[in-house]
Amino acid sequence: MSYEELMDYDEVMESYDPALGLEVHVELNTHSKMFCSCSTQFGAEPNTQTCPTCLGLPGSLPVVNAKAIESAIRIGLALNCSISTWCRFARKNYFYPDMTKNFQTSQYDEPICFDGQVEVEVDGQPFIIPIERAHMEEDAGKSQHMGGTTGRIQGADYSLMDYNRAGVPLIEIVTKPIMATGPQAPAVARAYVGFLRDMIRALGVSDVRMEQGSLRCDANVSLMPKGSTTLGTRTETKNVNSLRSIEKALRFEICRQGAILSSGGQVVQETRHWHEDGAYTSAGRSKEEAEDYRYFPEPDLVPIAPSREWVEELRATIPEPPAVHIAGLNKTWGFSDLEMRDVVNAEAVDLIHATVEAGASPQAARKWWMTELLRRANAESISLEDLPISGEHVAEVQRLIDSGLISDKIARQVIEAVLAGEGSPTQIVEDRGLTLVSDSVTLQKAVDDVIEANPDIAQKIREGKDQATGALIGQVMKQMSGQADAAKVREMIIASLAS
Amino acid sequence: MTLTNADVARLADLARLDLTPEELSVMAGQLDVILDAVASVSEVAGDDVPPSSHALDLTNVFRVDEVHQSLSPEAALKMAPAVEDGRFRVPRILGE
Ligand SMILES: [Zn+2]
Repeated sequence: MSYEELMDYDEVMESYDPALGLEVHVELNTHSKMFCSCSTQFGAEPNTQTCPTCLGLPGSLPVVNAKAIESAIRIGLALNCSISTWCRFARKNYFYPDMTKNFQTSQYDEPICFDGQVEVEVDGQPFIIPIERAHMEEDAGKSQHMGGTTGRIQGADYSLMDYNRAGVPLIEIVTKPIMATGPQAPAVARAYVGFLRDMIRALGVSDVRMEQGSLRCDANVSLMPKGSTTLGTRTETKNVNSLRSIEKALRFEICRQGAILSSGGQVVQETRHWHEDGAYTSAGRSKEEAEDYRYFPEPDLVPIAPSREWVEELRATIPEPPAVHIAGLNKTWGFSDLEMRDVVNAEAVDLIHATVEAGASPQAARKWWMTELLRRANAESISLEDLPISGEHVAEVQRLIDSGLISDKIARQVIEAVLAGEGSPTQIVEDRGLTLVSDSVTLQKAVDDVIEANPDIAQKIREGKDQATGALIGQVMKQMSGQADAAKVREMIIASLAS
Repeated sequence: MTLTNADVARLADLARLDLTPEELSVMAGQLDVILDAVASVSEVAGDDVPPSSHALDLTNVFRVDEVHQSLSPEAALKMAPAVEDGRFRVPRILGE
C-alpha cells in the first residue's frame, strides 16, 4: 500500500506537462554470451553456464560475439538510428556481487547506434519518440537474498549468486526527453514499448518476454508547469514488467509528483520501485550524490568499426515498421479505421492474425478477441496475449460453429473451458457432449411439447404473427439446454403449425 | 599534477579501500609520481596523435556465436569462499 498523497490525474494535467524518458533493456537471443562461449539458455541449473571470462577470473580474455553486434546494428537501423563508424566498449566500475569482475562491460560516450526516432500512434494520433542511443552491454548475474522476512535485499543476512545470466548480451535503448504528449504520456510510453516489443520480435533478435525479463523498462517522468520549457526533477521507476504496468506506474508517478508540486514541495530525484500487487511506487535509492562509475575504454577489447557495406547489407534485412505491417494486414481484413484502432489498442493484431491464419474469417476472429476474450482479459487485468488461449483455439471454435456442431452460446462455454485449461475446443465438445442435437426425432418431440404447453402463442403464430415464434424457439432451446440449432428449430415450429 | 588527500580519500572510497590519514598521504605522494610519469607522454604526443586505448591497431575482432563447454558448476564454485545451494554465497550487501 502507498501512503503518499496523490492528486487527481486530470487536475495534474490542468497545471502541468509531463516529460518522459524511457530506458529499455533487451536481452538478445544469441546462443552464446556477449564475450564468451557460455550458453545463454534461460532456466538452467544455477552456475552451470559460466567460464573464466564471465566469472572475471584473472588472465581471461573477452572476445566479442559477432551475432550480438549484428543484432545491435539491426535494432539501431529499425529505430532509424545512425550507426557508428568506430566505437568502443567501456568499463562501468561498481561493486556489487551481481558481477564478479566489479565492472560491467558497457558502452559510454560511443554508443554503436545513436540519434534515431520512431513514430507511435495513440488513439489515431501520431507521436514522435526521439531515440538518444542504443548501446551494447552485458547482463549481470541473479541474486537471491536470504534471511530477513521479505526476500528483499533490505534486512537480508546474506545473498546467493547465480552467474548464468552474467555476460548475456543486452541492448539498452534510451530515448531523449519525450515532450508534448499531454495527458497521453502514459499511453504513449506503453505504445512505444509495445512498438519496441513488436519490432524486435519481428527482427527475431530477442524473445522480448517481459515476464521473463528479456525486455525490461525503466520509466522516467517529470512534471513542469504548463508553459515552462525547463524540465522538472525526474524520478526513475524500475521493475515495470508489463505494458499495462508501464502505463499504470507512470500515471501513479504523475499523480504523486502533482500532489507534491502543487503543495509547494519538491520532487526528490530518486529511483522508485513499482509494486504490481498494490499498483504503487515506493522510494528506492536516492540519487542526490551522482554515482561515479569511473568509465574508461575497455583495454581488453579492440574497437568496433562496422563497414558501411555491412550496415547496408543489414539494412536490407529490416522488416517493415509495425504500423506499415498492420496497414498491410488490414488490406485483407477490411476492418474500418475505428475497428482497426480498437484492435491495435487492445494489442490484438498478432492474435487476430494467428486466428485468421488458422482458418477463421477476419470478422469472426475480431468478434471473439474484441468482445468475449477482451472482456475476460480486462476482468483479470491481464493482456489478451496472456489469456491461456491461442489463435488456433479460437479458429477451431469458429469452425465448430460454422459446421453446425455447436451454437454461439455453447461456443462461449467451450471458450470458458479452454481458458480453464480443459484442452482443445474439439476435445472439450466431445468430453462434455456439447454437440448440437440435430436428430429430428428428439427435436420434434421438444417442439411438440412446447406448442402443446403454449396454445395461445401457437394460435398467434397460426394467425400470421411471426414475431411470436421467438418465444417458442427460446423455450425449445431451453429444453435442449442450448444444444440445438435455432434456425432449424424455427423451421420445425413453423412447419408444425402450418399443418 | 598534485593530488590532494581529499582526492585520494574519494578514490579510496570508490575502490572500497579503508585507508588511514597516514596511508592517504603516502598514496597521494606515490600516485603523484605515477601521474607525472604518465603525463610525460603528452609532451611527445601532439594534437595530431589521438589517444589510444589499446596496444594493437586492430578493429572488429569477433568470434562466431557458438556455445562451447562451460566450467562444471563444481569447478566454478570451488573458487568461492562460501557456497550454498549451488550458488556463490556472499556477505550481506547492504549495511545496517
Ligand atoms: Zn562464460
